[in-house]
Amino acid sequence: MTYAVVKGAGYILVHTPDMVLHNGTTQTTERIINPDSDYLKELPNHLRSFDEVVEYLPNQVYIGNMTPEELGKYEQPWVDKKAEGASKVGKFGEIMPQDEFIGLMKIVDTFDLVKLSKEFSVEVTKKLEDHHFISKDLISRIKEGEEIEEIEKLIKDQGAEPLYNNGEVVGCVKRAHDVDTNLSAHVIFENLAVKASGTLAALNLVEKNNINPEDVEYVIECSEEACGDMNQRGGGNFAKSIAEMAGFVNATGSDTRGFCAGPTHSVIEAAALVQAGVYKNVVVVGGGATAKLGMNGKDHVKKGLPILEDVLGGFALLIGENDGINPVLRTDLVGRHTVGTGSSPQAVITSLVTAPLDKGNLKITDIDKYSVEMQNPDITKPAGAGDVPKANYKMIAALGVKRNDIEKSELNSFIEKHGMEGWAPTQGHIPSGVPYVGFGREDILSGKINRAMIVGKGSLFLGRMTNLFDGVSIVMEKNSGKVEEEKGVSEEEIRKLVAEAMRDFASHLLEN
Amino acid sequence: MDLENQKRVKELTEKYGAENIVVLIGAAEGEAAGLAAETVTAGDPTFAGPLAGVQLGLRVYHAVEPEFKEAVDPEVYDEQIGMMEMVLDVDDIINEVKSIREQYCKFKD
Repeated sequence: MTYAVVKGAGYILVHTPDMVLHNGTTQTTERIINPDSDYLKELPNHLRSFDEVVEYLPNQVYIGNMTPEELGKYEQPWVDKKAEGASKVGKFGEIMPQDEFIGLMKIVDTFDLVKLSKEFSVEVTKKLEDHHFISKDLISRIKEGEEIEEIEKLIKDQGAEPLYNNGEVVGCVKRAHDVDTNLSAHVIFENLAVKASGTLAALNLVEKNNINPEDVEYVIECSEEACGDMNQRGGGNFAKSIAEMAGFVNATGSDTRGFCAGPTHSVIEAAALVQAGVYKNVVVVGGGATAKLGMNGKDHVKKGLPILEDVLGGFALLIGENDGINPVLRTDLVGRHTVGTGSSPQAVITSLVTAPLDKGNLKITDIDKYSVEMQNPDITKPAGAGDVPKANYKMIAALGVKRNDIEKSELNSFIEKHGMEGWAPTQGHIPSGVPYVGFGREDILSGKINRAMIVGKGSLFLGRMTNLFDGVSIVMEKNSGKVEEEKGVSEEEIRKLVAEAMRDFASHLLEN
Repeated sequence: MDLENQKRVKELTEKYGAENIVVLIGAAEGEAAGLAAETVTAGDPTFAGPLAGVQLGLRVYHAVEPEFKEAVDPEVYDEQIGMMEMVLDVDDIINEVKSIREQYCKFKD
């Protein structure tokens, strides 16, 4: 049986400053507990402009305009530096401004729950017409809009969630049921943001990799939200709703959840489905989380920094049949944190990193790049969470020392060679393992590296159903170029096997 | 320290008495370890959680401190924490937690 390959990747960011203020849970919680807080007063002064977000080095890396190595050459912090020649359009995707994204939320809304003002509808339609690839068909879904008074009434009287742009109400998201909390305006808002950003990632995947949308047979969505109603809170599914918007007419799909480990679980599932011959092309897609916007805002404001968690993230990967060219996903080199693994960092890294390597008789140094939780340290360091990727690399290296794969004196050089600086926004599942898949595919295709390991970890305990933590990993490797056809055992082989068995049997008889 | 954990520490202390509680922390760096230690001794320094203004003065140790290391089976310690000892800035963590303990712990033993 032949391995599945990574055929392409799409990565998008959406700059959403007003959603930081009105939809990030750090801010919404503060507004309930302490509505007159200094933090809430100070916060608007710390929001970045769209240009600043585009010029921010880690964001240029996320959409593929700069490599992780290039980012590593800049001294941290990166917040005071600008990327030369930055563009909102990248090799892997794009950075979308908030107004266009609000338009996109309307586009992907199939239940007429998003209401935009007439004025904003005209503006955003015009802006989206200048977008480099969004189709007229999609844009025409915006329609002409409502009177602003009508929208204000929905917000005031019917619990609709306002949509702000530059501090002004330009529309709203209506609740989808009068009583059902799972269809409240708040939930529908979050879910439409996931759907819209996931769709944008899927559209970029298609656009940047010359994919025929009709070739996609299955979609796995792996964000961290749930869609459903009061009778089935997580009924699903984002996957098919995104497939519909991205024009994957021959696809169905389902949602896979595992907190931040969701994307890596999904990559393994997609690889297995393709390898088993169930589907030829599977898209793994994840949309962004409005709840996490400005999550560490208090620390950023306190330290005089801009709000760096001002973007939604999204990604999409195409995993398809072996073409003899693209890097393969080694489903035989999969790591998993099991129920019995235990929670010590040592046990975790052993189960995720060295256990799969042992299956392939590989050393820790045989993996050229480890893609761990690639969180941007600019965001996490001021919040007291340290440099997350670096901490992971230190642990992998330390385990390497314990296994005698490397000397203790080689710890730092190992981290430098096999690690990377983090560049992904702290959107939970978004930084987890997958940000490097696009670069990894290119680095393997260009011969720069042979093997990368994608590691995803998830904090399941946050859901209060288990105290356990979770994680999975898979190795992505250079394609040998040989596409083995699945074949039955030939007659000649059977003869050989029978002859061997007979010889074996005869030798036993002689011994006795 | 997150609000849920603060609540648990507070409830357990009320139930079993401060003299019967030892808090063992596993934070990955000095500052975070110090903040957690401060929360369960002098009270929540961020004034956000149930321990804001509550001085429990509990015994608190980090898993890499010698007091804890000497109290457990060395083989188990090596298996569970040996790798992290190599990774963490152990001295910084010990200094932070020890200093908090000396200032705010009610039990001088």
